[in-house]
Amino acid sequence: MSVEPLVGTDRVKRGMAEMLKGGVIMDVVTAEQAKIAEEAGAVAVMALERVPADIRAQGGVSRMSDPDMIDGIINAVSIPVMAKARIGHFVEAQVIQSLKVDFIDESEVLTPADYTNHIDKKKFTIPFVCGATNLGEALRRINEGAAMIRSKGEAGTGDVSNAVTHMRTIRKEINRLSTMAEDELYVAAKELQAPYDLVVEVARLGCLPVVLFTAGGIATPADAAMMMQLGADGVFVGSGIFKSGSGVASNEDALRRAKAIVRATRHFNEPDVIAEVSRGLGEAMVGINVADIPVHHRLEDRGW
Amino acid sequence: MSSAPLIGVLALQGGVREHLGSLVHAGAHAIAVHSLEDLEAVQGLVIPGGESTVMSKLAIQDGLIEPLRAARATGLPMFGSCAGMIMLANRVSDAREDQEFIGGIDIAVRRNAFGRQVDSFEMDLEVQGIGGTAFPAVFIRAPWVEEVGSEVQILSTIAAGPRAGTIVAVQQGPLLATSFHPELTGDIRIHATFVEIVRQYA
Repeated sequence: MSVEPLVGTDRVKRGMAEMLKGGVIMDVVTAEQAKIAEEAGAVAVMALERVPADIRAQGGVSRMSDPDMIDGIINAVSIPVMAKARIGHFVEAQVIQSLKVDFIDESEVLTPADYTNHIDKKKFTIPFVCGATNLGEALRRINEGAAMIRSKGEAGTGDVSNAVTHMRTIRKEINRLSTMAEDELYVAAKELQAPYDLVVEVARLGCLPVVLFTAGGIATPADAAMMMQLGADGVFVGSGIFKSGSGVASNEDALRRAKAIVRATRHFNEPDVIAEVSRGLGEAMVGINVADIPVHHRLEDRGW
Repeated sequence: MSSAPLIGVLALQGGVREHLGSLVHAGAHAIAVHSLEDLEAVQGLVIPGGESTVMSKLAIQDGLIEPLRAARATGLPMFGSCAGMIMLANRVSDAREDQEFIGGIDIAVRRNAFGRQVDSFEMDLEVQGIGGTAFPAVFIRAPWVEEVGSEVQILSTIAAGPRAGTIVAVQQGPLLATSFHPELTGDIRIHATFVEIVRQYA
């Protein structure tokens, strides 16, 4: 600590993520959608050019959003704004920071820019969130400076099964570390391909040293509540709000669905409340079974 | 009364777990307050950091905003950090029109006054009444206090730099508020001060 203000410390970055706990972070592609998300009680919005369902449908290379679009969203709402950079694309991250975005998502939803290295996140003042499918991957991201982890799931599908698998895997591997003898943690670190010091810290804490959210395929209030019951600290909803079964959701439907997911996340242990908010929401976003997606089109395998 | 008062942490959204831990270390029994029944059980209440817009909406939806105001009006001690300070302020700038507050402290605060996350910072602060060394204060998209009424005691201001003189901690009777997050530091002196306030007013 210091008598002079220090910006970008671990405590300031990780603390920002702590303040989002229990909340829902919503993907938005316009300022109008950002306002609907804020109105519905989103704890932050994720500014991106296309939601994952459209990226999946349209294909091509997917990149950081236009700075004009990000500025428009920052000016439209008072809640925190996040934006996505491609995996390894440190210049996109520099641009996002210069726009004064509050949080960067180094995201497998965009096309990776580097198939070997992730961004050195310790060089940035603003915090990063990264996806993970297991504990080793989560700890490698934290070692690079990530201040928040989310399950990857399989974005843009409306199929929650991969998010469930990733959350259960991370929890199971944490529980395993907690029961190990001290002298077994060296081999555990080797097996997890993660730094020994972080492995010891997780074994001692019984949880990650940063906030753990869930993402990827969460489409309904019940999906959100299930992920919270499985131990998520909060929820990212991508395509699930502004996409409906028939394509683009009307603003009224999107607002109703967004409010329902916020309420289900807060009352995740109360089936009566989840039942109430699930009534009359209309058709959920079009679903794609993860099993039907060819392996080389799956986003969860991006990042290493 | 018993030496360990029962203190709740309003569990709508935000940094609930950290406050529970700090309260226990400071000698209180601590519970997360989810419902009206929980609220009625506690002798003091912490309003944690988080997004004040979200807390306001959830408190309204769950029918908690009026009971919270009533509890405050009957003298329930409350401590708000960051978003919690906003919830306890009588006047708030830069808030959404539909946002509702608990109020009670005669101050005007400005939301996100220190800037966006890129401007968030930590620094050592002198805080009145906690004794010992300076307090490690973590500011995250933090509000500041712009005006204080005559009943309000200023506990801390920023000492140096471009924001010198800015008020960041206040007390009015049983109500305590900080712009920063003592729950993120492991330093429990401000929580201990609040536990003392709860004992005093119980």
